[in-house]
Amino acid sequence: MSTAKLIQGNAAIAQGAFYAGARFYAGYPITPSSEIAQIAASEMPKLGGVYMQMEDELASMGAIIGASLSGAKAFTATSGPGFSLMQENLGMATMGEVPLVVVNVQRSGPSTGLATRPAQSDMMQLRWGRHGDQSVVALIPATVAECFELTVKAFNIAEKYRTQVIVAPDEVVGHMRESFRLPEPGELEVIDRVKPAGEPKDYKPFSFEPGAVAPLAAYGSDYIFHVTSSMHGEDGYSCNTPDNAARRVAQLHTKLEQDIDDVIMVKEFDVEGCEILIVAYGVVTRAARTAAAKAREKGVKVGVLQLQTVWPFPAKAVAKAAQNASSVIVPEMNYAGQMAGEVRKVVGDASMVRTVNSYNGTIMFPDAIEKALY
Amino acid sequence: MKYATGMDYIKTDSLPHMWCAGCGDGIVVRAIACALENLELDPRKIVMVSGIGCWGKADDYFTCNALHTTHGRALAYATGVKSANPELTVVVLMGDGDGTTIGGNHLLHAARRNMDLTAVLVNNYNYGMTGGQASATTPHDAVTSTSVLGNPERSVDVCELAKVAGANYVARETVAQGTRLSKRIQEGIANKGFSLIEVASPCTTLFGPRNKMRQPVDMLRWLKEKGVSEARYDKIEDAAAQGYFKVGKFVERTDPDFNTSYEVMRERLQQKEGK
Ligand SMILES: Cc1ncc(C[n+]2csc(CCOP(=O)(O)OP(=O)(O)O)c2C)c(N)n1
Ligand code: SF4
Repeated sequence: MSTAKLIQGNAAIAQGAFYAGARFYAGYPITPSSEIAQIAASEMPKLGGVYMQMEDELASMGAIIGASLSGAKAFTATSGPGFSLMQENLGMATMGEVPLVVVNVQRSGPSTGLATRPAQSDMMQLRWGRHGDQSVVALIPATVAECFELTVKAFNIAEKYRTQVIVAPDEVVGHMRESFRLPEPGELEVIDRVKPAGEPKDYKPFSFEPGAVAPLAAYGSDYIFHVTSSMHGEDGYSCNTPDNAARRVAQLHTKLEQDIDDVIMVKEFDVEGCEILIVAYGVVTRAARTAAAKAREKGVKVGVLQLQTVWPFPAKAVAKAAQNASSVIVPEMNYAGQMAGEVRKVVGDASMVRTVNSYNGTIMFPDAIEKALY
Repeated sequence: MKYATGMDYIKTDSLPHMWCAGCGDGIVVRAIACALENLELDPRKIVMVSGIGCWGKADDYFTCNALHTTHGRALAYATGVKSANPELTVVVLMGDGDGTTIGGNHLLHAARRNMDLTAVLVNNYNYGMTGGQASATTPHDAVTSTSVLGNPERSVDVCELAKVAGANYVARETVAQGTRLSKRIQEGIANKGFSLIEVASPCTTLFGPRNKMRQPVDMLRWLKEKGVSEARYDKIEDAAAQGYFKVGKFVERTDPDFNTSYEVMRERLQQKEGK
């Protein structure tokens, strides 16, 4: 039985990846994510896997896509500017339905900005940061334990749905240290991709059925297959007809949106019958819970809904949690209230939604949220 | 010796191909297919990784696995494919724009790492697919759709670049000599480590007519006349200024490739842990 140790969020992410079976890492250093690369560099060879330090983030994304198609569970880690560079190849991962995990330890921007200071300002970059129209999964941990759990979950979702999953802690969560006990093998579920069975000549690497995910062969197995960045048919070969394109794009959405409860993860803290609901994610959840506890001491019923999955947006969970509340507060470490906009879309009366924002590169404290409560 | 046709490696139901009449790309497909046949490689163990461009479409015509990637990044993808499964034969298909202009950095690093990949870079001296714009291999003063008064930039010698970066195998041939080209590709695949085969094949639709090669046959004549062996090249006075270029094999060495070096490091680790 392993004992609890004080470990860093970034280290927990790396350990979560190894636990889930990741055996290939390609990346390019950037603070505040570099610890993940450093741990991967020393651990991968022990696990029989490969660490590669690439020439840039474009190459890193390309390499993990290639490795994933060779059959390895693959991941990379970066931060804002690096994530921006990955975008074209993230689009390719979507088009090719390539399972992989990308960690974006969010830092302040725009550009080099307040380098390495915390922010939650990549929320739309996570959602739409690639050209074209697609559904993606993004998970945000708030604790060191969640860094581990959500990374394992990220690989499971990636493999099951043949999709990219982004894990995006803010800098504070990436760098904080908390007591954590590494689960034993078997304690947490680990999902592997489905491999094809039938006749190699009949193998279709893509499914066009709404919500369906085709089995994925590995290069070098008996199943010869073709993956392309271009629009393609079930056989993987280019196909540009309008019908084919429409079915393909729809399928990229439905495969993640049909079985949504499997992908959507939220945590509720005293949400039942709350008068004021705080919707928070990442490190801000911690400040929100402190603020809510203080309010309850004063007799104000405040609940906190923590979004662990931010994309696809947990619309149903937010609507349900807010149904009896007279106001909803969305505290975020960004200027524009990037997720508040999404909350407004689902809360009946959008004027009920108030924002609390900080964008100066420092962490949000409970008193900022408390002030908004009364 | 059996005469290779390459037909087992060519996806005949994808034919006729999409390239312009007179384009050299089809010749290169055949040269690769024959090389694969001569090496008796199992199509299940081969991955064609291609970039974007006219030549980047070539993966459609092979019966083996394929990964058609984004513009300029084919070598990065191929690096992942190969290092996650070192048993695969990975052939990388890139145009000059793809492999040298937008993707130049990856070329440098794939060669430096000595990744065991075989890059077949078809140099048509311009961007074909997007309408004949200048690329990093467009000769100085040549006319393209974006250098109508002559290219003010100088061009890069892809083979020299790969050589200094550390490739294990470097050669240049032309589409005027398909059999020789096929032999080079075969040697490149057989040689472990990074191999680069540059194929001179002027774009017959966009580059030729603007640069005194009105017909595909003028292109073939030009390739045969200007593409000379290293020995001959060295004897020609002002060879570069007269537009001569070297063909043949420039580098053939056996330095350890990335996967081999990584294995050495792993063994070192096991010894350390064993103690
Ligand atoms: C990031 C990006 N930039 C630009 C393009 C547009 N584009 C497509 S093909 C191409 C040039 C291809 O030239 P080359 O690689 O020499 O291949 P050729 O068509 O000549 O065979 C360009 C610029 C693109 N697809 N992606
Ligand atoms: S445009 Fe040029 S490179 Fe492209 S197919 Fe035509 S001849 Fe070949």
